[in-house]
Amino acid sequence: MSNIGTAPNPVRAAIVGSGPSGFYAAEALLASEQTVLVDMFERLPSPFGLVRSGVAPDHPKLKQPIRVYQQIAESPRFRFLGNVTVGRDLSVEELKGCYHVVVFACGAETDRTLGISGEHLAGSHAATEFVGWYNGHPDYRDLVFDLSHETAVVIGQGNVAVDVCRILCKTADELRHTDIAGYALEILAQSRIRDVYMIGRRGPAQAKFTHPELRELGELADCDPILAPHDLELNRASREELADRRNRAISKSYEVLQAFTARPAPTRHRRCHIQFLKSPTELKGEKKLERVVLARNRLEGEPSRQVACETGEVEELACGVLFRSIGYRGVAIPGVPFDDHRGVFPNQDGRIVDGQNVVPGLYVTGWIKRGPTGIIGTNREDSVATVNSLLADLPNLPAGPKTGADGLIALLQSRAVRVVSYADWQKIDAAEVRRGETAGKPREKFARVEEMLEVLGVCRT
Amino acid sequence: MTTVVTDNCQRCRFTDCVTVCPVACFHGDDEMLYIDPEVCIDCSACIPKCPVEAIYEEPIPEDKQRWIAINADRAPRLPVISKKQEPLPGAEERKKQLGFE
Repeated sequence: MSNIGTAPNPVRAAIVGSGPSGFYAAEALLASEQTVLVDMFERLPSPFGLVRSGVAPDHPKLKQPIRVYQQIAESPRFRFLGNVTVGRDLSVEELKGCYHVVVFACGAETDRTLGISGEHLAGSHAATEFVGWYNGHPDYRDLVFDLSHETAVVIGQGNVAVDVCRILCKTADELRHTDIAGYALEILAQSRIRDVYMIGRRGPAQAKFTHPELRELGELADCDPILAPHDLELNRASREELADRRNRAISKSYEVLQAFTARPAPTRHRRCHIQFLKSPTELKGEKKLERVVLARNRLEGEPSRQVACETGEVEELACGVLFRSIGYRGVAIPGVPFDDHRGVFPNQDGRIVDGQNVVPGLYVTGWIKRGPTGIIGTNREDSVATVNSLLADLPNLPAGPKTGADGLIALLQSRAVRVVSYADWQKIDAAEVRRGETAGKPREKFARVEEMLEVLGVCRT
Repeated sequence: MTTVVTDNCQRCRFTDCVTVCPVACFHGDDEMLYIDPEVCIDCSACIPKCPVEAIYEEPIPEDKQRWIAINADRAPRLPVISKKQEPLPGAEERKKQLGFE
C-alpha cells in the first residue's frame, strides 16, 4: 500500500463550511508538502460564508478576500460541493468513511439571547437575522421588519451592532449602489426611523466596536451621532484600562467618541444615540414590542475585569423594533461532540475531543473552534494552527485509501440532493452580477436556493 | 485609507503580521516588510500582531507619512510573504531598544 499523502494515496480531506476559516484551512492543506485533495461541503449553493452574508454591503473592500478564495477554489485538488447539509443530507459517519480527515469550519450560526421577559414579542429580533436579511441570505429572506416606528434600539456595541445602526441610519441613496438585497433596500427606503439607540451594558472603555467602524457613524449623509460629554466620564479603573498600551485600539475609539461630543448641534434627519452603562431587563408591549425597560449600571471590579452592576435606577424607552447583538453561538451537528455552554466544538489545538479523548480524524477551525471572536484574518492564523495539528497526526491515522466525494455522489443522488459544483456556482455568480448591472449594483444576489438552482436549469418542484 | 509598515520593522522583521492577513498583501526584502496598498483591505488585523508596533493605519502620524510612498513603491516588486518566518538576527535586542518588553 502506498504511503498516505502521496499521489497514489492522497490525503482525502473534507471541510465542512465555506467561509473564511474553511477556505484558509483549504489553503493550508493545499500548501502542505503532502498530496492532499480537499472537498469543501457547504449547505447553501453559494460559498464564502459571512464574507458574502455577514460583511455589510457598504463595506465592499472587506469582501475582497473572496478573490483569494476564488484562487484557492481553482486548484485542481479542490472540489466544492454546495447545497449539501452535513448532518442532514450526509451523516458525519458517512463522511468519515470517505475521508481520512474532516475539518469543521461551520461558524457560529445562531445568536445569544438576552434571556429577558418579552424577548419573543414581534419586533424583537436577532441582529444576525437583520444582517442575513439585508445581505440576501436564504435563511432570512422572508423575515419581516417593521420600520414604521420612529425609534429603533440595538443592544450591544460590537461591530455587528454598528453595522446594524449604520444600515438603519443611511439613506437609500447611500445604499443603492451596494450589493444590498433589492427587497431589503425597498423596505429600508420607506423606513420611518428617526432615532437609533445603540446601547451597551458597560462603558466606552469596554465597548467592542473598532474605531474605523465607529468613525463611519460620524460620516453619514443624513444622520448625526449623539452622545453627551458626561457619557464619556470614566472611573479610575477604566482610565487605567485606556492608559494601557495594549488597549491602544480602544483609546482610538474613545477619541472618536470624544469628537462626536464636540460636534455642532444635530441638524440631520436621523440621529444615532450611543449610550453606555444600560442593560435591557424587560421588553414590553401588548401584541408587539412597544417599550424596552433599561436598568442603569455602574462598573465594579479591577481594571480589565470590570463587570456591570445594576444601580437600581430604571428607565423606559418607547421603540418599535429592537435588535440584540450580544454574541453568536455555534450549532451542534449530530455525530460531533458539542460544548453547549460555549456553543463550540470542544477541541485541543483544533483536534475535536470527547471529554478528555481526541476523536481521531475530526478537526475544527474558526468560530466553531474558538467562539465568535476576531475578524476575517484571525481565521487564517487559526486554520493554519488546526491544519498543523492535522498534518502532525497523519502518521497515526489509518492510512488506507479513501474515495473522497466520489464515494458519496451516488448516495447524494439517491437522496435527491442536487450538488452544486464550483463551476455551477460560477454560473450563479455571473447571473447575480448580470442582474445587478441594470441597477448599477455590483450584484443582485439570489436570496432563494430555488432561484440559484434555476440558473443551473433545475426546475422548481 | 492606507495601512503601512514603518521603520520599527527594520532589523526586526518578526513577520507575525502576515499570519493574519486575509489577502496576502505583505511583501518583503531582507530588511523589512511592506504592504501593497492595492491589495490591502485595511482590516487592521495585522496591527496588534506586531511586537514593535511598526504598522500604522490612518490617521498616519506626520513623521511616518513618508512610509506611504515607500510601501506602495516597494511592495509590488518584492515576493509575497504569507507565512511566518524567523525574525532577523538581533530582533529581540532591537525590540528592547525600541522600548517593547
